[in-house]
Amino acid sequence: MKKRVLTISVGLAAVLCALVFVNLRVSRADEFTKEDLDRWNAEYMSVVKQGRELWTSGTLGTNGVACAQCHPNGANTHPETYPKFQQQLGRVVPLRDMINWCLQNPLEGKVLEANDPRMVAIEAYLAYERRGVAIDPGKH
Amino acid sequence: MCDFHLSRRGFLKSAGTAAVISTLPVSMVELAFADPEKNFTFAYISDSHIQEMEGAKFVRNWDRGLIRAVAETNLLNPKPDFVVFGGDLAQLGKKSELDHGAEMLAKLNYDVHCVMGEHDYYLDLGKYWSELYGAHYYSWDHKGVHFITLNSVLTYDEWTHNRWPTEMQRMIEMAGLDNPNGSPFMVGEKQRAWLAKDLEKVKKNTPIVLFSHSPIQKIYKGWNFWTEDAEQVQELLQPFDTVTVVYGHVHQIQYNQIGNISFHAVMATAWPWPYPESYAHAEQHMPKLTVPMNRADPFFERDATGWQLIDLNSGRVAMRYNLYNNTNRTVRYNPATNQPEDDAYQQPESRVAPQIHY
Repeated sequence: MKKRVLTISVGLAAVLCALVFVNLRVSRADEFTKEDLDRWNAEYMSVVKQGRELWTSGTLGTNGVACAQCHPNGANTHPETYPKFQQQLGRVVPLRDMINWCLQNPLEGKVLEANDPRMVAIEAYLAYERRGVAIDPGKH
Repeated sequence: MCDFHLSRRGFLKSAGTAAVISTLPVSMVELAFADPEKNFTFAYISDSHIQEMEGAKFVRNWDRGLIRAVAETNLLNPKPDFVVFGGDLAQLGKKSELDHGAEMLAKLNYDVHCVMGEHDYYLDLGKYWSELYGAHYYSWDHKGVHFITLNSVLTYDEWTHNRWPTEMQRMIEMAGLDNPNGSPFMVGEKQRAWLAKDLEKVKKNTPIVLFSHSPIQKIYKGWNFWTEDAEQVQELLQPFDTVTVVYGHVHQIQYNQIGNISFHAVMATAWPWPYPESYAHAEQHMPKLTVPMNRADPFFERDATGWQLIDLNSGRVAMRYNLYNNTNRTVRYNPATNQPEDDAYQQPESRVAPQIHY
């Protein structure tokens, strides 16, 4: 009887070990391939491209003015410095608050929600144009 | 010449001219000239980018810039001898935009000389602009100074004539400052030959002032802060003792000295542009001499825009930048160092924090 219990226990343990092993194989986080990297980058770049199109578009606001008219290549937007104290607003804001300020004022348009795909695309584009610059939150 | 230059400078300092200009229209000042026949002023307005939204509706912000510059220039006393408009009157070269801009410029109480900008040119290759303002390049003499205006925004024939399916697409491709489909500006062989011939009759000691839309020097190709044949044009100008090139396009303070040639950029009335160093991936060559304008504050609509009054002091330019929400600046030729220098900020230790761009 004792021997039988032992056999079953050993058998169960082996099955559990096998299950855990299989499970580990499936859920290992650091296993991705060059194809994965290429795909992820392509996904990011497609959103950057959408952002560039919005940045140069006269239809984002209401008066035909495009962001790129004042900010060629997204220059002078300093995404690496946000969040920061925006002295004209009197509080610490993320970059998207300034994007929305520009949409409302020079572009005479409406604000975009934070999760609006167009806002995400503009943020992706600005970060891309500023790639390689060290983040420096709060800087003026 | 030097004595006069210095004594006049002393006078201007004591009269506080810069302060007077900033408080227009209530305060005026008469400038005393040692030799009024030889010394004079003119005003320079540039880059208004009048932009049509739809049928006879125009972007308010850009309209206001030009209206203000014209109104203030009309109040100058003593009156400038003439006004130069430095190009990019329109945003997309449309007849409606040029007409609307021309109507505002027509309110100037002075003779106006116009320079061609790429935003005026690339829709119909300057045809309608010419109906309003005449030849694309020309020269004239005024009080002993030889003035030249070039159309420096030409480019390769293939790009201009064979690449784009419509005139409007060609215009839009060139209108995007950072558009990689654009093409480098140039004066071109035909105009350089005209310039060489024009200069044949000019004495070497006659002061020359040349107006172009793009810089006749190479600063940053990506945004056409650039003229492809700049060196060849400079070569034609170098034999003369006193040469100044004044250009628009860049919407910011720039100045430089190359050999005998002093370079000055003018402000836009529409909006300011970042310095190329603000674009992390730009291979740029901003003249080391240039002390940048302050970083623009977008919450002041007219900040870092403006117009300028130019003193021709014995043939040398003193450029007074009339900046709306910023301290006015003067960049003038310093005979001791043979280069243009800012009156207040030239020394590194005298610069202010907003002049640091990144």
